Amino acid sequence: MANLRNGEVNRYRDGGDHWLVRPSTIRRLWAGFLVVLALTVLAEAVVPIKSYFGIGGWPGFAAAFGFLSCVLMVLLAKALGALLKRKDDYYDA
Amino acid sequence: MPEAWPPGLLLAVGAVLIGLLRGSARTTVVLIFPLLALWAVWQVPDGVADTAEFLGQVIEPVEGSPVRRLFATIFALMAFAGGLFSFRQAPWQELAAATLYAAAALGVCFAGDLISLFIWWEVMAIGSTVVVWCGDRPASRAAGLRYAVMHVIGGALLMAGIAAHAVATGSVDIVPMLASSPANWMILAGLLVNVAAPPVSAWLADAYPESSSTGAVFLSAYTTKAAVLALILLFPGEPVLRAVGTYMIFYGIVYALLENDARRILAYSIVNQVGFMVCAIGIGSQVAINGAAAHAFAHIIYKALLFMSAGVVVYRTGLQKCTDLGGLFRTMPLTAACGIIGALSISGFPLTSGFTTKTLISEAARGDGLVMLYFLLAAASAGVFLHAGIKFPWFVFFQKDSGLRPNDAPWNMAAAMLLFSFLCLFIGVYPQPLYALLPYPVDYDPYTPGNVLFYLQLLLFAGLAFFLMLPLMKRTLTITLDIDWFWRVALARLGAWALGALDAVASATGRMGRSRGGLLAGWARRHFGEDGAFSRSWPIGTTALWMALLLSGYVLIHYL
Repeated sequence: MANLRNGEVNRYRDGGDHWLVRPSTIRRLWAGFLVVLALTVLAEAVVPIKSYFGIGGWPGFAAAFGFLSCVLMVLLAKALGALLKRKDDYYDA
Repeated sequence: MPEAWPPGLLLAVGAVLIGLLRGSARTTVVLIFPLLALWAVWQVPDGVADTAEFLGQVIEPVEGSPVRRLFATIFALMAFAGGLFSFRQAPWQELAAATLYAAAALGVCFAGDLISLFIWWEVMAIGSTVVVWCGDRPASRAAGLRYAVMHVIGGALLMAGIAAHAVATGSVDIVPMLASSPANWMILAGLLVNVAAPPVSAWLADAYPESSSTGAVFLSAYTTKAAVLALILLFPGEPVLRAVGTYMIFYGIVYALLENDARRILAYSIVNQVGFMVCAIGIGSQVAINGAAAHAFAHIIYKALLFMSAGVVVYRTGLQKCTDLGGLFRTMPLTAACGIIGALSISGFPLTSGFTTKTLISEAARGDGLVMLYFLLAAASAGVFLHAGIKFPWFVFFQKDSGLRPNDAPWNMAAAMLLFSFLCLFIGVYPQPLYALLPYPVDYDPYTPGNVLFYLQLLLFAGLAFFLMLPLMKRTLTITLDIDWFWRVALARLGAWALGALDAVASATGRMGRSRGGLLAGWARRHFGEDGAFSRSWPIGTTALWMALLLSGYVLIHYL
């Protein structure tokens, strides 16, 4: 491949078959991720999380809180987007 | 000879030299002067180093204290890393403007009085506006103009507030105050314009993404963080800041989630991160001020790193929309890796700088018994991982194969990214040197097993939420309207409507000869219509000339 100059883009394709994007790799990544997730919750049996304010001490609280607040924020963003999204040349038109 | 070299002035000399010199001499100045300024920062003693008389007030151009030195240190380091990142790619105008911008930020750090602060504040606005303009596209010129107008308004508020404050108290000294009088409110409002507080948060995401691939790196660092320092010095513990900061935190997350432009995602996340700092200043306890200062220090490093990573992508491909990008990890592994380190740091992942600094702020909320704020900050930490920590690297470097195979970063850009990646991890693993620089003693260990586990759960499950909801995150060719719609569209429409109404009146009365209405409409059209004196875009030179004339007129009248 010839050296690219500034800002020049080489659009040749190499089949896109990088090992990282193969379905088998992605399946393995998901499996590994789920195992790690489970471990972080199970670890609470050994490493107690100090509870500062009541519910903070429930097992798996941080996991549930992190997950649910993200779902909520994405839904909030979607709702706001439905109202406020415009084509990206809106201000140029 | 003054007791200490004013670091801001020193770096400003560098900015002038960049304009005067060529070739390797210029490069030397770009790289050496920030280091000289860093040396000068550490020569400034605690307390007022120098005083002078100006407009009948005693001003203190150089005053040192631990928190001022902390901000000045990272500003000088940033100028070095930014110079390293851009010296082979950026035009000299941008390098000079960015260096002047950094110099002004250093000036703000050591300003001992409100007048010195204001002067450096305005130099900062000028330097940064030129940096935006160096984006050198029609969009950057328009965005730069809107940016300049916003900062002129902010500066006017600040100036009016300072004048009223000086009249009321007879002093321009920088001392902690509360928003208890109209004068103090105006000062606060002027500062809040620069942190991109509501209702003017939009200027940041409007201007920064339109700058050049190198310019945004500088822009991400100075304006907002200099304002954070000013808030620490002037309004620690001002309760209003808690609400303002919380709004900024969630505004940044929600708008970044909807955004398609990769650098605008990063811009929104500046507002989000500065929101954490503003909140902490609103809490005002020693732990909170430590948290705001430490977080600002770490934030400048990882945010510049993120903008460097995005900047390399823009430099190599000329593209910055998520819909155009994807799969770049194949040929840009270094840029991707550095971007991921920045992304993990901004998310506050354990072993990164965000973890050892941002958790100080949560600790402050907990220490003051602010339950609601504590949980909001925890939710926001998860949200940061969502909107910046995963979204940015995912859509730029992974996602789909865009077919782009650009080369990785040029050596100087790579060196700057590696330097800041190292600092992100260093502060994450070994935060004690940073803690030692904070204004108050630190009695906090982020690495208790329970604390680490809490944040691991919080963040990893936020990651799970991201990938499960990926279909909802599909990028579209859209922007999201913001409050700036009111002045960018509604105001313009109102003006057009008013002219139309005048027109109607004119044509209705026109048959009766040159009536009053017709005259009015004609006058309005001459001055405000297309090519009218008030709607023409003036060259900067003409504007400067008019301002100079007005000023000299004022001075003349003053002395007569």
